[in-house]
Amino acid sequence: MSQPVAQEKINKAPTSVPDRLFSSLSRASAVTILLVLSGVAFFLTIVGWSGMFGDIEGMSGSDNFLEYVGPLVFGTVYSATLALLIATPLAFAVALFISHYAPRRLAQTLGYVVDLLAAIPSVVFGIWGITVVAPLMSKNVYPWANDNLSFIPFFSGTASTSGRTMLTAGMVLAMMILPIITAISREVFLQTPRLHEEASLALGATKWEMIRQAVVPYGRSGVISGAMLGLGRALGETMAVAIILSPSDGYFWSILTNQNSNTIASNIALKFPEAYGLDVNRLIATGLVLFLLSFGVNMLARRVANSGFSGAAG
Amino acid sequence: MTATMSPPQSQVSSLTTGKMHRAIPFAICAFSVAVGVVAVYSIGGFKWGWMAIVGAHLYLLLVTIASRVIEDRRQATDRAMRTVMTIAFTTVTIPLISVFWKVIAEGASRFDRKFFTGGMRITPEDMLAQMEGAAVGGALHAMVGTLIITAIAGIISVPLGLLTAIYLVEYGKGKLASAVTRMVDVMTGIPSIVAGLFAYALFELFLGPGTRSGLSGGVALSLLMTPVVVRSSEEMLRLVPNELREASLALGVAKWRTILKVVLPTAIAGILTGITLAVARVIGETAPLLVTAGVAQDINLNPFSGRMTTLPVFSYYEYVQPGVPPETGIARAWGAALMLVMIVAVLFTAARIMSHVLKPKGLK
Repeated sequence: MSQPVAQEKINKAPTSVPDRLFSSLSRASAVTILLVLSGVAFFLTIVGWSGMFGDIEGMSGSDNFLEYVGPLVFGTVYSATLALLIATPLAFAVALFISHYAPRRLAQTLGYVVDLLAAIPSVVFGIWGITVVAPLMSKNVYPWANDNLSFIPFFSGTASTSGRTMLTAGMVLAMMILPIITAISREVFLQTPRLHEEASLALGATKWEMIRQAVVPYGRSGVISGAMLGLGRALGETMAVAIILSPSDGYFWSILTNQNSNTIASNIALKFPEAYGLDVNRLIATGLVLFLLSFGVNMLARRVANSGFSGAAG
Repeated sequence: MTATMSPPQSQVSSLTTGKMHRAIPFAICAFSVAVGVVAVYSIGGFKWGWMAIVGAHLYLLLVTIASRVIEDRRQATDRAMRTVMTIAFTTVTIPLISVFWKVIAEGASRFDRKFFTGGMRITPEDMLAQMEGAAVGGALHAMVGTLIITAIAGIISVPLGLLTAIYLVEYGKGKLASAVTRMVDVMTGIPSIVAGLFAYALFELFLGPGTRSGLSGGVALSLLMTPVVVRSSEEMLRLVPNELREASLALGVAKWRTILKVVLPTAIAGILTGITLAVARVIGETAPLLVTAGVAQDINLNPFSGRMTTLPVFSYYEYVQPGVPPETGIARAWGAALMLVMIVAVLFTAARIMSHVLKPKGLK
């Protein structure tokens, strides 16, 4: 990449045996990675094929594959969108707080605190979510929202008393994707050209006006790509949803009830350990669908990141 | 004439006119908190969460109104936004503190000798003791399993990832390098359960359906770990100044020796930090191990056959299938969760210390 011309010539000079051995070893591992990674979709397709097109008689339930995977895709996208709606504004504010409001000496420590959230294993988040968040919400918030807001379809239905709802799952997911959105947004906000900020302040703008004029336009694509990466992560998050959500079969819009569409990942985690026969293949086929879904979202995120600015998606 | 001759006092005040006195926000803050506490206490008793919510919103409202009256609309917006940002950050720290608090409070009760010395092979006597409320069963088998499976993942990922990073930085040009870079990019976003399914599918094709083993768990984790190792090592190798390579090559040192003796030692702090963080990332993974390694009751030292429990999977199963009475199982789940959080915290701290201590003098 950044090798100077001199090195090109050295590369062409006659090389010793260990030299060639080392270079082919490193090339071999690069090729291995390429093969293995492209093998993921391949192996999932081979094993999942009979789950998609195989004999329904051999599987539990009488749905064909599309009927089976439809509610799961819906639940996956729904919970991830919910998480994104909660996490993005929060992450935006937290990133701005760390980059522009917090005392400079504290900023790094505060960033570290947010990164700590990302380090907590998802199973811990799941157990915490169902023992802390779910009872808290089902006692204090859900009955009220159900009583007063049930004219909005999302809040209708019978409010769950256990708190194992789509909204609880969405909130815990939001906590899990917040660090990645914050980290990327913070990085772009910090890259705002100093002179843009100072020019705005020199014209008499208040801090918030400066942020709106200089920081937000510069960082917008960074926030969007961070949110997309967060969405990709929320789509594939398994354990927190598997522990918290109380799943049912079908499509459910309401977020306060015990009847929720399950997500693909959580459905696999719940059913795979006990599955046998063609059910295994069908679960693997749903895994392939999940893979394609998150693949598409991640691709989109990178495209947004590359179109706006460079160097922040790392 | 009189305007330019104004006394110094009025000059000072011209800088501060239209500005709210510094003490006012503090006064408003104290007032809002007091109102919040009193109002919530008189309605529903001592609920500190509602008190904080009411206090914060009251402060936001009052400080905006005050600024609107004393200052102007623009200043009021500015103050409101500053308050919103601060509230948002505080809101985010609450779950973090709550997670740590809950895990420590619930998990510490099972940090006894039995937890670290035994597995989950429960005898009838244990069963009876459990009914009486005694703490039985341990997580030693899960700790051993976590060690073995993470070690397998590391043995696969570290050489593979490091060599690939070396290829990308030192040798890679053209299509292969850009294809590998793009593929690694894609892989950092792969859902962990998909990695598990891949490993399962791979082993099923070769060893028949229903295969569960520690090895396939390790393969699944290495799929998640390798991209992290490649990305971080690549970044670190690129930071090595080109002058170092040129100086070594100019002295007639072969390229492979230059890489091993000059480039790698310079970047080693960053590389080790990256590997530690990659281990911290995969050690808490549950989903891929659920479908590949499964659960067992006893210590299984053989990664090539038989099921193998890891800490996250142990924690999950003890929570969802706690047995009778449920409290003992749930206590084990929290114990394993605490253990996991401690391991991750130690790895994180180690990574930070390492990046400071091992950095070559020139780059400090």
